[in-house]
Amino acid sequence: MTMTPAAPPAVATAGPVEIPSETLSRGALVLRRFLRNKLGVTSGAVLVLLFVVAFLAPVFYPWDYRAQDDLALLTPPSPAHWFGTNQLGEDLFAGSIRGLQKSLVIGLLVGVISTAFAATVGAAAGYFGKAVDRALMWVVDLLLVLPSFLIIAILSPAFRGKSWLLLVVLLSGFSWMITARIVRGMTLTLREREYIKAARFMGLPAWKIITRHLIPNMASLLIIDATLSVGAAILAESALSFFGFGIQPPDVSVGTLIANGTDSALTFPWLFLFPAGLLTLTVLAVNFLGDGLRDALDPSSSRGRAR
Amino acid sequence: MVRFLVRRLLNYVALCLAATFVAFALASLTFNPLARYAERQPPPPVETIAAKRLELNLDEPIPVRFAEWVGGIANGDFGTTITSAPVGDQLWQRVGVSLRLFLVGTVAGAVLGVLIGVASAIRQYRPSDYVATLFSFLVLSTPVFVIGTLLKVAWLPVNQAAGTQILYFGGETTAGFSGTGAEMFVDRLQHLVLPTVAIALGQIAYFSRYQRSAMLDVLASDFLRTAQAKGLTRRRALFTHGLRTALIPMATLFAFGFGLLITGGVFTERIFGWYGMGDWLLVGVQDQDTNIVATVTLFIAVLVLISSWLSDVLYAALDPRVRLG
Amino acid sequence: MSAIDRDSAGKRSDGPVLQVRDLEVSFPTESGRVMAVRGVSFDVAASEVLAVVGESGSGKSVSALAVMGLLPPQARLCGSIRFRGTELIGKSDTDLSRIRGHRIAMVFQDPLSALTPIFTVGDQIAEALLIHGTASRRQAGQRAVELLDLVGIANATQRARGFPHEFSGGMRQRVVIAMAIANDPDLIIADEPTTALDVTVQAQVLEVLRTAQQVTGAAIALITHDLGVVAGFADRVMVMYAGRAVETAPVDDLFDHPRMPYTLGLLGSIPRLDATGRHPLIPIEGQPPSMIGLGPGCPFAPRCPMVLDRCRTTEPDLLPVAGGEHGAVSVCVPLTLHTAACWRSGEIERTDAGPAEVFGLDDIPAVDLPPRTERRTVLRVDALARHYPVRIGTILRRTVGAVRAVDGVSFDIREGEVLGLVGESGCGKTTTLMEILELTPPMSGSIEVLGRDVAGLDRRERLAVRRDLQVVFQDPVASLDPRLPVGDVIGEPLAVHGMGREQIRERVRELLALVGLRADHANRYPAEFSGGQRQRIGIARALALEPKLLVLDEPVSALDVSIRAGVINLLDGLRVRLGIAYLFVAHDLAVVGHIADRVAVMYLGKIVEIGDVATVFGAPRHPYTQALLSAIPIPDPRVERRRERVLLHGDLPSPADPPSGCRFRTRCPLFGTLDETDRSSCIDAEPVRRQRGPGDHEVACHFARVKEVVQYRS
Repeated sequence: MTMTPAAPPAVATAGPVEIPSETLSRGALVLRRFLRNKLGVTSGAVLVLLFVVAFLAPVFYPWDYRAQDDLALLTPPSPAHWFGTNQLGEDLFAGSIRGLQKSLVIGLLVGVISTAFAATVGAAAGYFGKAVDRALMWVVDLLLVLPSFLIIAILSPAFRGKSWLLLVVLLSGFSWMITARIVRGMTLTLREREYIKAARFMGLPAWKIITRHLIPNMASLLIIDATLSVGAAILAESALSFFGFGIQPPDVSVGTLIANGTDSALTFPWLFLFPAGLLTLTVLAVNFLGDGLRDALDPSSSRGRAR
Repeated sequence: MVRFLVRRLLNYVALCLAATFVAFALASLTFNPLARYAERQPPPPVETIAAKRLELNLDEPIPVRFAEWVGGIANGDFGTTITSAPVGDQLWQRVGVSLRLFLVGTVAGAVLGVLIGVASAIRQYRPSDYVATLFSFLVLSTPVFVIGTLLKVAWLPVNQAAGTQILYFGGETTAGFSGTGAEMFVDRLQHLVLPTVAIALGQIAYFSRYQRSAMLDVLASDFLRTAQAKGLTRRRALFTHGLRTALIPMATLFAFGFGLLITGGVFTERIFGWYGMGDWLLVGVQDQDTNIVATVTLFIAVLVLISSWLSDVLYAALDPRVRLG
Repeated sequence: MSAIDRDSAGKRSDGPVLQVRDLEVSFPTESGRVMAVRGVSFDVAASEVLAVVGESGSGKSVSALAVMGLLPPQARLCGSIRFRGTELIGKSDTDLSRIRGHRIAMVFQDPLSALTPIFTVGDQIAEALLIHGTASRRQAGQRAVELLDLVGIANATQRARGFPHEFSGGMRQRVVIAMAIANDPDLIIADEPTTALDVTVQAQVLEVLRTAQQVTGAAIALITHDLGVVAGFADRVMVMYAGRAVETAPVDDLFDHPRMPYTLGLLGSIPRLDATGRHPLIPIEGQPPSMIGLGPGCPFAPRCPMVLDRCRTTEPDLLPVAGGEHGAVSVCVPLTLHTAACWRSGEIERTDAGPAEVFGLDDIPAVDLPPRTERRTVLRVDALARHYPVRIGTILRRTVGAVRAVDGVSFDIREGEVLGLVGESGCGKTTTLMEILELTPPMSGSIEVLGRDVAGLDRRERLAVRRDLQVVFQDPVASLDPRLPVGDVIGEPLAVHGMGREQIRERVRELLALVGLRADHANRYPAEFSGGQRQRIGIARALALEPKLLVLDEPVSALDVSIRAGVINLLDGLRVRLGIAYLFVAHDLAVVGHIADRVAVMYLGKIVEIGDVATVFGAPRHPYTQALLSAIPIPDPRVERRRERVLLHGDLPSPADPPSGCRFRTRCPLFGTLDETDRSSCIDAEPVRRQRGPGDHEVACHFARVKEVVQYRS
């Protein structure tokens, strides 16, 4: 006895199947997650503001960072000099802004360059393995033993009087190691993923696999890492400048300002607090932004869960 | 396991030498000590400069100089400074100063950092977690030289209010102070507190972030669920099964954290006037003295590698999976 | 043996051990609130085995965790869970922890992560006793060793001091079971306890569970998706779908007379080891629903061939199906009652409809090929070997031994033929696949693809050969690059081999249609598709270049049971239509038996038996094949109850140090029955493959003889 179903039986190769349509595109999902992190969003806004101020303020602000106002030596903050002046009458706000420009540009350049370099080295080490991997990782280990501060300090006499771009190169040269390790680790994991194997067995050459399949899938990691590197680079630059190994006079950096202000910190606090505060604010904003990006891009991190 | 640790040790010794060589080579290439020497007033005669040149072996190729220097170390001779004083004279004293500063700061920082990290993870999303997170971010975003000075600025009013110096801002001991052993000890302590706090804060921030993350991973793990299914309350399962497992990744971090600490230590020494190795490094660079720089690099490399090796030992002690491998 | 008979150890058999009423569990997630369990009621009687069957999203695991009180803190619970009369919902963690591990115990799915890595196994078992004060410290240690012995771990005293990472998956699961029964519980909940294990290990662990039940007299709630296991182990079954129970019945009743279309579909879609391959499986269209924002009406409606308008608006209740009535009955349900949640179950009961009538059969064209020996050889593998050297030392690395992953494998595949390569984890089948796919000269032996030896290929020739040799992987999630739209994924091999943009687009459209997907799906990303659909995309990609040989690595094991049939049918149909040969690697012999023409059984890097499916399954000659076949559960309770199990001893030896002579001898059930002289030949001489049966049937065993373990109907 056969059964008459209410609807005709479905057959495997006919009738294509529906996809649940409510999934958002990946970009929209990431944005939504990011916006949920108020701290991250605020930090992003603060950074944008800092950039704007750093590059536009000199247009509007009356004092140049080199100008010396002989009538206002060591004055506290006032409407005329927003952050006050130092022993030579130099306006601290102008100096801070100039230093901020440096910090932001150096930080950004170092962050991007070192991450790009780290991605290349790490992916190559992880994908090709064996001798290439061992050699590259030994170099990484070596560079990790030496604090970068030390090496750049040693080299500093060589670039006295030269452009600060050399500083960017040096800082980049010493900021990539940890990221390279992380990228290598990720590559080792991804390499065993089946879509990578599929690509290999399809006949794709190795470099195409790395650029087309590996690196885009590490994009989240790289973005987060680049952001955090920016913060680290800004700190490193200011540390070097503090001791006179980084930005050289007559140019100004937040580090040099802080150095000048440290000795007078107890007596003329504004000389120290304003540049230090600006530096901390910038790096803090960068770090919160990086953290917010991590939560948005990498939801497997336990902090990304909804309440 | 012993073989594993010995192998790692040998690897470290090789790295040590390589790192010191790099520093030595770079310093030799970029430094020009004679230039500064020649700029002194009144200018030294040509023969003295030539003699100095010979003394510092400046004409020999770098690998040879390095080999000689390393050979000298075997006899306890670390070479001479530009001012012709043996490096060895100041070395051990400065090492002592640095170690006294670093050790207390590291241990205190690591222990507190781990505790805060664990507590944060357990109280995830509660106010105390947020406070701890904010604090960590703040500390990690502030350079050590700013923290050091801020501590001074913050503590000054306390000293002023008390009328006397409860905590000192400069140096390891009060100059010219003498008294009983206990009084000298207290004096040292008073000088030690602020710089230690400056160092420890960074360590706390660093360790607490990573420990929190490791602890969160453990909180979601299967074996914790099995322990609960056996009848342990959540709290008990967390402390017996979870905590020790979560500490394992910290062993590897210890080495990295120490590296960060050394850079911070250099700044702290300068700011608080402690004449240790960090301070000496700065002197060496300013004076363009290769031997000093090489010696300090060796010291740093040895410290970093000791901490790496300790990391390995800790890791093997905590994780039985490594022990038998 | 009925539930009452099995009651022992002085257990009170009055009243059910567990009574769950209207249980509801929900979680907050990124995209909304998930109603994981939507009103489930069931009882578990003393000493009975209740199987809870369902797929992903059915809510079965969540229900189990709810009973144990182990749900994450964000979960919201309501309803009632009574254990021996005491209400569990609302109890504090401290109170519940007194019951957990003492009166109710649980065994989880993944044994590899279930044990704490830093404590010894003996300590972890002893802890279960110490926590509940059942024993003093010294007694606990003793008892732990006894329990290890009970669950079949050799050298219990010594092994109790070992750490979890020193045990294999199967052994770890036994340790977990030992922990569960330590305190003589009234109820053991086992959540997919054998899903992660090899099939022979599964048989061993199920045997341990049976022993555990006999010793403690406990009731068991077995959660699984494997209907074969259910047939052999359960007394009663509850089928769950989309967070609700949709059918409950005593086990014989459920398999003989399923009354809910989902159950009918499930039963029709699983390949059976003892049924022949040429009639197609019955697939269920679509996939399990998303548990967020579930609409009104029966959640199975979108997939149901018997759907009415009423089904879409009102969800049917779980009601008895006796005698053609679909009437209401009081909540207290006698255990022999058969209930179903379907508006038309009365109809199904009256007409006694089976899966074929309700779902209809696919039309798979018959295979029409000349005999094997007359066809071209597509792949020939000869004495293939792959060893991985084991090196120690960091700077100077010494080779101390080798893992002999593949150690002399030979077979051939003819045009249009399907060869199934089966074996358990560690047998080397995946390594064999990878070696073939690399198309580089192997460590030893030879590989010939379409008559060309891979040893002589240069890069360009290799690329050309790749056109004819393609692969489909196991994991539908990991086999597609999540960053590329599906059209690009399918078109990539075409681009590599130089096809033009327009042509690629055209071909991608063709391929999508071939695997049952729509052309406009080409712009979507893999994340938007279900597991089954992703696997179809993987198949489309593999077919893009019109290969002659398709290598498939466990193509359906990562899919939900109800979806597997569709993909298996697709593969079957494609192979006939396109005349491709398959090299099909799997551990599920039922699937292999369904689709393959020939089968090769691997153990520790060697092929122990090879031949056509009817011969190997119907009259296996190698003891390993016999054990493998006997371990595979068949979804038919009567057959399962009568089956004789051939159990293997111990664990798989390490591939780095295989036993001398015959590798299988350490676990061979036959070995134990042989006399001294016979045994010595097993120990000294490695058996060579010899022709034994009709066709190209070869066996590598000194004492091969037929033992029927499965009623194979051809």
